[in-house]
Amino acid sequence: MTTPAPSAARPAPRSLGRRLAEAGAALRRLSRTTAVRLSLLYLVVFTAFSLFLVIVVTHDATRIMTRQIHEAIDADVEALQDQYRRGGLVRLVYALEDRSRRPDAGLFYVVDVAGNPIAGNVAELPPGALATDDTAPRSLDYMRFDGGKEIHHVALVRAFALDNGFRVLVGRDIGERERVRAVFRNAFRYVAVLMVVIAGLTWWFLSRRVLRRIDQVSAASRRIVDGDLSGRLPVSGSGDEFDRLAVGLNDMLERIGELMGGVKGVSDAIAHDLKTPLTRLRNRAELALAASDDDDETRRAALEATLEESNALIRTFDALLMISRVEAGRAFTAADPVDVREIAGEVAELYEPVAEDEGGAFTLVADGPVPVSGNRELIAQALTNLVDNALKHGRRDDHAPHVTLTVARAGGRALLSVADDGPGVDPADRQRIFERFARLEASRSTPGSGLGLALVAAVMRLHKGEITVEDAAPGLRIVLSLPVAE
Amino acid sequence: MRILIVEDDREAATYLVKALKEAGHSVEHAADGDDGAHAVETGSFDVVVMDRMLPRRDGLSIVQEMRGRGDQTPVLVLSALGQVDDRVDGLKAGGDDYLAKPYAITELLARVEALARRHRPGDVETSYRVGDLVLDRLSHTVTRAGEEIVLQPREFRLLEYLMKNAGQVVTRTMLLENVWDYHFDPQTNVIDVHMSRLRSKIDKGQDKPLLHTVRGAGYMVREAAK
Repeated sequence: MTTPAPSAARPAPRSLGRRLAEAGAALRRLSRTTAVRLSLLYLVVFTAFSLFLVIVVTHDATRIMTRQIHEAIDADVEALQDQYRRGGLVRLVYALEDRSRRPDAGLFYVVDVAGNPIAGNVAELPPGALATDDTAPRSLDYMRFDGGKEIHHVALVRAFALDNGFRVLVGRDIGERERVRAVFRNAFRYVAVLMVVIAGLTWWFLSRRVLRRIDQVSAASRRIVDGDLSGRLPVSGSGDEFDRLAVGLNDMLERIGELMGGVKGVSDAIAHDLKTPLTRLRNRAELALAASDDDDETRRAALEATLEESNALIRTFDALLMISRVEAGRAFTAADPVDVREIAGEVAELYEPVAEDEGGAFTLVADGPVPVSGNRELIAQALTNLVDNALKHGRRDDHAPHVTLTVARAGGRALLSVADDGPGVDPADRQRIFERFARLEASRSTPGSGLGLALVAAVMRLHKGEITVEDAAPGLRIVLSLPVAE
Repeated sequence: MRILIVEDDREAATYLVKALKEAGHSVEHAADGDDGAHAVETGSFDVVVMDRMLPRRDGLSIVQEMRGRGDQTPVLVLSALGQVDDRVDGLKAGGDDYLAKPYAITELLARVEALARRHRPGDVETSYRVGDLVLDRLSHTVTRAGEEIVLQPREFRLLEYLMKNAGQVVTRTMLLENVWDYHFDPQTNVIDVHMSRLRSKIDKGQDKPLLHTVRGAGYMVREAAK
């Protein structure tokens, strides 16, 4: 047995359900847009306000008109009673007929003791309409002749009895009052329609003119997030807030792009400079494993070399972390006044024996204290890196370098210079030596991470210092200039 | 010595426990912050080695708690963060020494032993004596077999630190930190140069050298081995 019927019947409701769900989702999406929200808010607030206004005005107008009707009825009743007192029933009927003929006359009706109509302008009254003695007007439905037709009306009426047992009814149609209320109701309807139209216009303006710009910005930023890093936000040229925002964000993107370029260069360098020692590390471990069981000496040597290589790697990592930490700057914000002459003295004391051991010389030239605002250890590390470099790269053939560390004060700057008498650096390479992992061809064979001067540069940036590279003729002189703290 | 190790990395902890036991210490191990806090509260140790980042609890908060209740057990803080400000944080929290990962095991052993020694009473000695070498901390004089040796101020501090830790290994970084107050590693082995100068003043012409180089670790001052 096949069951084609249910499966054939199903798609229709399902697709309808899906369509409804899609419409619902679209509506929810729409309701989340600022344009729709603002327009709806506008609509609700102003509709509520106009509704309140209309209700108050209608209520007050109705009250005033009702009071006027009451007063008119009371006046009629009094006048008719007066006529009856003066001339009896006949005079009353005359007066009544006279009043009924006036334009926009009220309701008048007289019945005898048995309830038969004597006079009046009302076609038909509900039974018992005259049975009560009213002190105040009450509401009454009745039929009235208008152009030969009986029309249903509502009136405020007051009935009273004469001393001969006849009964009189006096009233006023409230049609006019209802017409005034209708005028207000209509006015409100027009206003409501106007509100909707204005809300629509608001939505149109917001979505077209304002939010469209925001959507463009979001779309552009999404493209950038998706990988188009050269993308920029649209600028309309009108110079409005959106343009200013877009220009600001574009400047930011530009700066990020530059930094990203720098980071990419550094990570390429890191990849290269770390892979080389890692390869050596690996080779040495392999060597240790390949050594025959009784060859303890080879194995031991390989393991020691492995350890040495690991230590060098750790030092490189430490240096990299240190540089990025110094560049982030936040770690060393609490800078104290320190005396750079004292720091230089300590560094000189640390390195003088090293220079002498290598057959070179070390000279410290310094006078009085030179206070700067900074971190003692960072400045000391920068100086030791410079001295270390001078000792390593200042060597010329068999001639050990003579390193000179000078502390001076010029204007508002503290000048710390480290000079050697070695081969120096080609002017074309002088800025490049401060880049991470920048190792000049000439120095490829000397040990070092290529990070020492990069750290010096980072420390100088943190301390708002400047670096100049000079020809010491012969040799290289690097001058650090820091603002003096007073 | 009784040593507590609070370290969550199982392999590192196993290695540490083994190395410290081989050095003749009795070792306990806690693998997370809660266990570590419990152990320092209930046990009695000569030195605590505390990792900084632990599951469940921060190692520094345990040290702070210890100091809060007057527990003065020396603490060596271990951390993957090794920069100046991290060290300051660790010492502020009440740690006595700070060692950044990755560390050499010899470095850790030397520091643990130096911490235990520092904590022992009678630390305020006015002079140190190793064999016939005497260092007088008050008059700033050093004599060997009664003969005065003239040292530079820094050399005096170097010898003072070595003699204070006589019989213990002192690493190059410990010397840089304690004698020069530098917490970074100069690329050239400057310490070796200074040590060889000191050695030439102390041991030259003596048949029993007192200043020894410990291969792969550092230096030690002690009387010649029997």
